Amino acid sequence: MIAVLALLAGMVLGLVLEPTVPVGLQPYLPIAVVAALDALFGGLRAKLNKVFDDRQFIISFVSNVLVAGFIVFLGDQLGVGGQLATGVVVVLGVRIFSNVAAIRRHFFKA
Amino acid sequence: MMADETTEEKLAEKPEAKAAERRQPGRTVASRRLALTLIAGLLAVLGLAIVAQVNTRNTDEDLQGARQEDLVRILGDLDSRQERLRSELAALEDSKRQLTSGAQGKEAALAAARSRADELGILAGTLPATGTGLEIEFRAGTQPVTASTVLDAVEELRGAGAEAMQIGGATGGTVRIVAQTYFVDDGAGIIVDGVKLGAPFTVSVIGDPQTMRAALNIPGGVVDMVRRVDGTVVIRQPGEVRVTSLRQAVSAKYARPVS
Repeated sequence: MIAVLALLAGMVLGLVLEPTVPVGLQPYLPIAVVAALDALFGGLRAKLNKVFDDRQFIISFVSNVLVAGFIVFLGDQLGVGGQLATGVVVVLGVRIFSNVAAIRRHFFKA
Repeated sequence: MMADETTEEKLAEKPEAKAAERRQPGRTVASRRLALTLIAGLLAVLGLAIVAQVNTRNTDEDLQGARQEDLVRILGDLDSRQERLRSELAALEDSKRQLTSGAQGKEAALAAARSRADELGILAGTLPATGTGLEIEFRAGTQPVTASTVLDAVEELRGAGAEAMQIGGATGGTVRIVAQTYFVDDGAGIIVDGVKLGAPFTVSVIGDPQTMRAALNIPGGVVDMVRRVDGTVVIRQPGEVRVTSLRQAVSAKYARPVS
């Protein structure tokens, strides 16, 4: 409950403050967001399976974001930033889909 | 890779240790609260980041999100568009220049034609003229002034640069003198272009007064000849001589301009 409230609060804060993304962070933010969403859905699935561990969630969240950012950074340095970012988004997207599928199965038993 | 592991680990590991891990009896309330706060903070940051990213995307120009090949294509499009507009501009400039020069040329040609028509009109006697010049009166002495004397005077004046002339008599009015004008003796008077003029005659002439006066006064010239028959020639120089009598223009019957 608190998590949902915090998410909404962050969104409202973003709408109110209208922050601009720093130029240096611009390539990484989308990937970081997708990675965080992956962690979020993983946490949600764990919660529904009653195996949620707050420590693990925090660590996976942070490491997901950092690793995703690092991969994009590495890709930029190697000159394949776009492709690597696409790959990361595909992998994370697949994981989000599987997590959402699990959540859906939990709710609808189907 | 690592991200994969964490969630997989969570999913794979947890079901077995479910009961043990759920309440986590070893952990204090304070640490759980800290974890909850951290989660809330992370999610708040996530929400902020999502909104910020979406906003950035929306406010961004289309170009910033475009791929390289798209940018190249857009650039090519713009280049060809610029090229097209440039050539269009050049064509329009060209036609504008042509139109202005054409208008100027037309105006100049019109002005030239007008001044030429004026000159020719004065020469042909179809237009009245005014300017500096002389008025020359021929008074007869013992013998009348002959047509040949008047003709001599006209020729002298023409030689001296006369531009327009007319001759008037005491009776008969005035006649414009042009190239075709003829003079015939008729008793005391003369007939000029079919008009009978009575003596004394007055020739009004427009031209350089000094030159014409000198031409008339040369020894053996017109003035001498008239004096020889006891006549007198009175040369006046008014400020402005008016040659107002006109002659009908005749259109050529046979001659055609060579063009």
